[in-house]
Amino acid sequence: MYVAVKGGERAIEHSWDLLATRRRGDTALPELSVSQIREQLRLAVARVMTEGSVYDEELAALAIKQAAGDLVEAIFLLRAYRTTLPRFGYTRPVDTGAMRMERRISAAFKDIPGGQMLGGTYDYTQRLLDFALLADGDVSADAPAGPVAPMEPMPHVLSLLDKEGLIEQETPRPGAPEPGDLSREPLAFPVERSTRLQNLARADEGFLLAIGYATQRGYAHTHPFAGEIRHGEVAIELDVEELGFAVEIGDIELTECQMINQFAGSGEIAPTFTQGYGLVFGHSERKAMAMALVDRSLRAGELGETIASSTQDPEFVLYHSDNVEASGFVQHLKLPHYVDFQSELELLRRLRAAKVPVPKEQVETEEENAA
Amino acid sequence: MNARAAETSMTEGYNFAYLDEQTKRMIRRALLKAVAVPGHQVPFASREMPLPYGWGTGGLQVTSAIIGRADTLKVIDQGSDETTNAVNIRRFFARTTGVATTTHTADATIVQTRHRIPEHPLTERQIIVYQVPMPEPLFRLEPRVTECRKLHALADYGLINVKYYEDIVQHGSIATTYDYPVLVNDRYLTSPSPIPKFDNPKMHMNPALQLFGAGRERRIYAIPPYTKVKSLDFEDHPFTVQHWDHECALCASTESFLDEMIVDDAGTRMFVCSDSDYCHGRRGDGEEA
Repeated sequence: MYVAVKGGERAIEHSWDLLATRRRGDTALPELSVSQIREQLRLAVARVMTEGSVYDEELAALAIKQAAGDLVEAIFLLRAYRTTLPRFGYTRPVDTGAMRMERRISAAFKDIPGGQMLGGTYDYTQRLLDFALLADGDVSADAPAGPVAPMEPMPHVLSLLDKEGLIEQETPRPGAPEPGDLSREPLAFPVERSTRLQNLARADEGFLLAIGYATQRGYAHTHPFAGEIRHGEVAIELDVEELGFAVEIGDIELTECQMINQFAGSGEIAPTFTQGYGLVFGHSERKAMAMALVDRSLRAGELGETIASSTQDPEFVLYHSDNVEASGFVQHLKLPHYVDFQSELELLRRLRAAKVPVPKEQVETEEENAA
Repeated sequence: MNARAAETSMTEGYNFAYLDEQTKRMIRRALLKAVAVPGHQVPFASREMPLPYGWGTGGLQVTSAIIGRADTLKVIDQGSDETTNAVNIRRFFARTTGVATTTHTADATIVQTRHRIPEHPLTERQIIVYQVPMPEPLFRLEPRVTECRKLHALADYGLINVKYYEDIVQHGSIATTYDYPVLVNDRYLTSPSPIPKFDNPKMHMNPALQLFGAGRERRIYAIPPYTKVKSLDFEDHPFTVQHWDHECALCASTESFLDEMIVDDAGTRMFVCSDSDYCHGRRGDGEEA
């Protein structure tokens, strides 16, 4: 009779076995390798790296395999690994102006110095299912012919507006503190923009997408233009104290988005354009753009705009953006709550008993009448 | 290695008790501050743990920061050592520390708990670590952390008194049954974690050190030994705890917190102790639950 709360240990053991079997699926089919995931599911790998906050394609691919494709679970696996890694130091700020570009577009100007560069994008596919892929056909296209020559670094489009002073520039204000490190310090309000951006970079893509979408539908006062979206590789440099200069330690792929937003101006500042900023690992324009929308929306306070919506409230957005936190807390409802539920049962019975009970016969008569 | 072997072997390449020493030091600093200001929530840089947020990461980090090789650990969830979450956390520490574990409250030096305080009284040589989902006792009345911090700084607890007054007007009694807020050391309003209010009186002047960890919310707080802990109430509506018209069906206790079980399709109920170790002890059988 007491079985209900016994045998937890054995049940857990069997659960691991089942999980491993389910993950493997039909053993008649070859097992998926980590390098296949890394090469052929690169957008999933990018998302896991961004939200897992580790740039390591192999580990991200491993996490995706282990999580059977559940990306939020994979992100959690990667985060739990990341937390154990030693911290060697902080790299120099990356220079996205010197990015080796694969794609770069601006929706604000028809032509821009360096040109618009479409790159590989799903944007202009017609979303027709490609049944050739289903038939295991190798449909890899030939590498497009064209200039592969190293390109000159392209300046950011937004710096062009700067010449007229039409857009605020993203320069650290004098005396600004060093950026914090959210993985080493708890979030504390009021919160600096650098910390907000860290939070948004780690934030769940779906959450940012929904909040960003809400800002477009009137739950905030932003009027955005995609000033520039660029994707490509940047070099990572680390200052080595013993050497006295910075050493390039590798390249990473990034997607950057700069949104241009109107700003009506305030007592001291003339009307101007302001920026919202998004930056993510790998190729993910959806997340970078959503992040830029939400970043701008959260700047309402510092720009002296009226705060009328949750999308402008840093506490609301930043406390609920992390999917590792959210997924854990939502799913903790699976854990036993016998004791709390028992307490509520006891209260409910007592409250109901306190009400004058309706005599049973009366209830029966009424039911007969109703019938 | 199969899934089972991978999940049960001693961990390699990880520090004692999983967290690195720097992190443990950071947590210990927060703990010291928490003990110095009883009931006050101290922010700390909570780490991602290999357990989901909301499943005890705060308690896990506190235990990890204080556990030593000579410790004996007991882990309970809903009062029982055998619920899956308790089993999982106990296994985590067994794997990462190799310390002795026990189900007997009296033998433990550290008790990590979710939702209960053991029925067996704790002693000065014991530490109880609570897993806390929402450390802020006012969050249902004021969701903004910044506002709540002000209210605590000013000891302005009018909001919750009004809420309880309204409960009494509406229901005839305060309608909070678990996570029933307490005033610690006559100063800070504190969440006791979602223990039933039945357990609140055990916190008052308890000889054991009581530590609280909220991982997702990144807060640590503490109640030092022999500290005054008062459950909120009114002079004309004093605080009371739950009581049952039944006794435990297994050990016949009339003093413990009872869980209700539905034992057949006809909805027959059975009441048994929520604290499995206490229940076994009273029945005098040596069998592990």
